[in-house]
Amino acid sequence: MRLWLVMIIGGLLTYLIRLSFIALSGKVEFPAWLQRSLRYVPPAVLSAIIFPEILAHTGKLDLTLTNDRLIAGILAALVGWKTHNTLLTIVVGMASLLLLQTIR
Amino acid sequence: MKDSLSSPRLSQFWAGLKAELPLLLGVFPFGMIYGVLALEAGIPASAAQAMSAIVFAGSSQFVTTQLVGNGTPALVMVLTIFIVNLRHALYSASIAPYISKLSAGWKALLAYLLTDEAYAIAIIHYDQDGTKPASHWFFLGAGLALWSTWQVSTAVGLLVGAVIPAAWSLDFTLSLTFIALVMPLMKDKPNLGAALAAGIVAVLGIGLPYKLGLVAAALVGILVGLLLEKWK
Repeated sequence: MRLWLVMIIGGLLTYLIRLSFIALSGKVEFPAWLQRSLRYVPPAVLSAIIFPEILAHTGKLDLTLTNDRLIAGILAALVGWKTHNTLLTIVVGMASLLLLQTIR
Repeated sequence: MKDSLSSPRLSQFWAGLKAELPLLLGVFPFGMIYGVLALEAGIPASAAQAMSAIVFAGSSQFVTTQLVGNGTPALVMVLTIFIVNLRHALYSASIAPYISKLSAGWKALLAYLLTDEAYAIAIIHYDQDGTKPASHWFFLGAGLALWSTWQVSTAVGLLVGAVIPAAWSLDFTLSLTFIALVMPLMKDKPNLGAALAAGIVAVLGIGLPYKLGLVAAALVGILVGLLLEKWK
């Protein structure tokens, strides 16, 4: 029962966050500086999710070559940068990680 | 039938769905792992499945399973969900100008579908193509593709349970999905700077509670992007 309450309130808040600026659009004019800054939302937010997952998966920063996720992540990033191919990026990254984990 | 198939709405819808497809490969294992973790935390299958529809935000659902397992107070859980999902306000602001002319109903629907993965695909489309009369159908196609995948993958995770060995490291697919989304954006210094600065701040903020580091990192990244743009 307590969990359902958490889910419903948490879900409602999440929805309101998502709706926030969308609901205002067309009614309020966004200032130019805000519109300009929003262009950097995708690179900033996505990297903020990626970096800790790859550099500190266990909760501690690991910049050594024994960090399999770091190596696999770099390989995937190179593929993504060169090819712009989502599927290939995911496959190469996952294959690299599994390979590294197997040979160690 | 032929008429409706060639309509711009339907072709936009299919284009959005197709653009989302490669990402689903990364999202499906993540949804399954969520289902498994929810069961392990003692969450009933019905509640775990409902959470995927009601909250519909992967990382906050993961955190919630951990908190349930730890017996965290309800208020703290709600607060955590709120903060982990705050980044969606940035998505909302970023995509709002492109859908400002839609009806309230469309806005309400698209807001529900505004996840990391649907946003990334939709914003790239709007950036390249601008806003056309049927562009929102592209967004809808991408959003519904992700929504159904999330519901089905949760159900599969709940059904197969602990059959998925942790050694397979399937959770890595989500990081890879985001890498695949972010790399094509690295085309100039401001974007690169925004990404690097946000990534570094996020790593520095690992110890902060409620993923506050994520919000701080996003804001610093945006600021660095703006500064580099000025110096160009």
